[in-house]
Amino acid sequence: MSEAMIEPAAVALGSEREPTTPPRGLWGTALRQLFRNKSALVGMTMLAVILIMAVFAPLIATHPPNQVMLGAGGARPRMGIGEGGFLLGTDGNGRDLFSRLIYGSRVSLVAGVGAVSFAVVCGTLIGLFAGYFGGWLDSTLMRLMDVLLAFPSLLLAIFIVTVFGAGLINAILAIAIVSIPAYARVIRSAVLSIRETDFVKADVVLGVSTARIIMHRVLPNSLTPLIVQATLGVATAVLEVAALSFLGLGVQPPTAEWGSMLSGERNQVFTSPHLVFLPGLLIMWNVLAFNLLGDGLRDALDPRLAK
Amino acid sequence: MGSFILRRLATAFPVVLGILAVVFAIARLVPGDPCRAALGERATDEICDAYNIRHGLDRSIPYQFWVYIKNLVQGDLGDSFRFGKPVTDLMVERLPLTIELSACALFLAVLIGIPLGVISAYKHNSAADVATMVGANVGVSMPVFWLGLMLQYFFAVTLKGTMFALPPSGRLDAGMLPDPFYEKWGLVEEGGDAHGVFDFIANHAIFNSLVTGQWDVFKSASLHMILPAVALSTIPLAIIARMTRSALLDVLGLDYIRTARAKGQTERLVVLRHGLRNALLPVVTVIGLSLGSLMGGAILTETIFNLTGVGKTLFDAIESRDYTVVQGFTLIVALGFVVVNLIVDILYSYLDPRVRAQA
Repeated sequence: MSEAMIEPAAVALGSEREPTTPPRGLWGTALRQLFRNKSALVGMTMLAVILIMAVFAPLIATHPPNQVMLGAGGARPRMGIGEGGFLLGTDGNGRDLFSRLIYGSRVSLVAGVGAVSFAVVCGTLIGLFAGYFGGWLDSTLMRLMDVLLAFPSLLLAIFIVTVFGAGLINAILAIAIVSIPAYARVIRSAVLSIRETDFVKADVVLGVSTARIIMHRVLPNSLTPLIVQATLGVATAVLEVAALSFLGLGVQPPTAEWGSMLSGERNQVFTSPHLVFLPGLLIMWNVLAFNLLGDGLRDALDPRLAK
Repeated sequence: MGSFILRRLATAFPVVLGILAVVFAIARLVPGDPCRAALGERATDEICDAYNIRHGLDRSIPYQFWVYIKNLVQGDLGDSFRFGKPVTDLMVERLPLTIELSACALFLAVLIGIPLGVISAYKHNSAADVATMVGANVGVSMPVFWLGLMLQYFFAVTLKGTMFALPPSGRLDAGMLPDPFYEKWGLVEEGGDAHGVFDFIANHAIFNSLVTGQWDVFKSASLHMILPAVALSTIPLAIIARMTRSALLDVLGLDYIRTARAKGQTERLVVLRHGLRNALLPVVTVIGLSLGSLMGGAILTETIFNLTGVGKTLFDAIESRDYTVVQGFTLIVALGFVVVNLIVDILYSYLDPRVRAQA
């Protein structure tokens, strides 16, 4: 009891005593929580595997992914696992399955992250304006988002791709547009609560410009839920891009992409199941990695859960 | 309560109007000429001009939208360019399959997901909890089309010849023609023209065979439904299990649960009556929302299992530029989603009076 009473005084007098743990900022604490979180660790490890595959694809792959190995390569279509020096066999066009799987990680990552980045930028702008200015602008923008949300996302994405034409870029764009409402809503609700805080009110009274308040006060304080939502969003985007490619609306042949590889061989599921099994397994791996990481981030970034 | 429903309906109205506008606009934006898509090689310029005039495609877009709304209010969704019959007829044929499929999938998801969530929350951090949560994470990460194909392979090839083998695709055994209930019950003469509503009900193969006691048809229809329903149910199942677990965990930490225990109530009553009842609120919302993902999943599931339902029809219609079918079916799907969420909101306010007070 007495010690506790003395301590503040000692500090005030410039005591030499160092604090036992150095103070950490929000992000430092979050990072430490993240590395303690099991699901985040598993997610990060799984993601690292995909990243290595994507970055070092030319080094890992045993054959060029799009080269038909028939004839000179000595391959037949749909060779079994390990046959003729092909690690996982060949697909229906006599291309090396292993190499195609490796290269597929590039498309999957680019598509997932690309779609979410685009959606985050648009969604943040819409959410900021709607939340900060309120009034008719808020109602109009949010009703628009409601309309977008009323369609099953895959259906709307199929529509958009049909209008703009099939292809990777358009598929990414379609998935992005479909997921804008989620980010707009997250940002809007964060902005609504931050707008009412005393430090923002103080800024308004001091005559700080609206742009500065938004950029330096509101936005940084809304980031936490956005980061979680975006990480989980990549998982959904990867899944939806694969689905579009499966339906023939995303990545076009001969580019190696897991969804279209699966779709190309789906009629062979009864004779060469591994041609269908492996691309699907990798899609799931990639989606699972982002889902686990997102869950871990949510726990790590939530100060209420800090131990 | 009444004013809450009215207010909620008022906010749904602009959304419905927005949906109509989007559906109309998108169908017009789809590139390609509907005349050439419908008539193929027969389409010369003259024939196409006549065709466009007959279908009103030569008028301005706002005028076409006005005509569209006017017809819609009268229950006329137009004719399919490709099939040459009213879109409503197509719906009578194809909507029931998707309704049965979604209902079966949702039924599975709720029936398995809620108990899993309860066990998980009650035995927090146990092996069962960890296994359920790992399973749920894998479940939401699985591509539906991949799971469908794997199920087909496992149940139709690996288990072929055993009692667990299941049909990989289609809706009924080949050559099976069920009698509609209205003929069985003598409501309409055999071969006679039945009302669309009758047909719509009769096209629910499982329901129709169940009420008329055609057991061979019932068995075949049910067996064909198992694999697609399982494939479609994984994602909602995982989401429901997760939501039940986290909601129940929150509730089980509250004071009144401790009070209930202190009164000496059995654990069963504490968890199920006091805990689960109050934890079900967010679960109901999630069930309503998961209907959207069910419809998206239906497109993929129906493609894989070769079922001609709403999803497959929509996808084919988009590919062949069948405007009216695209409009009609999208409208039904989107409206269905809005209505379900409206019901969920009303149910929610009924279950939790605080929602009414806030709104």
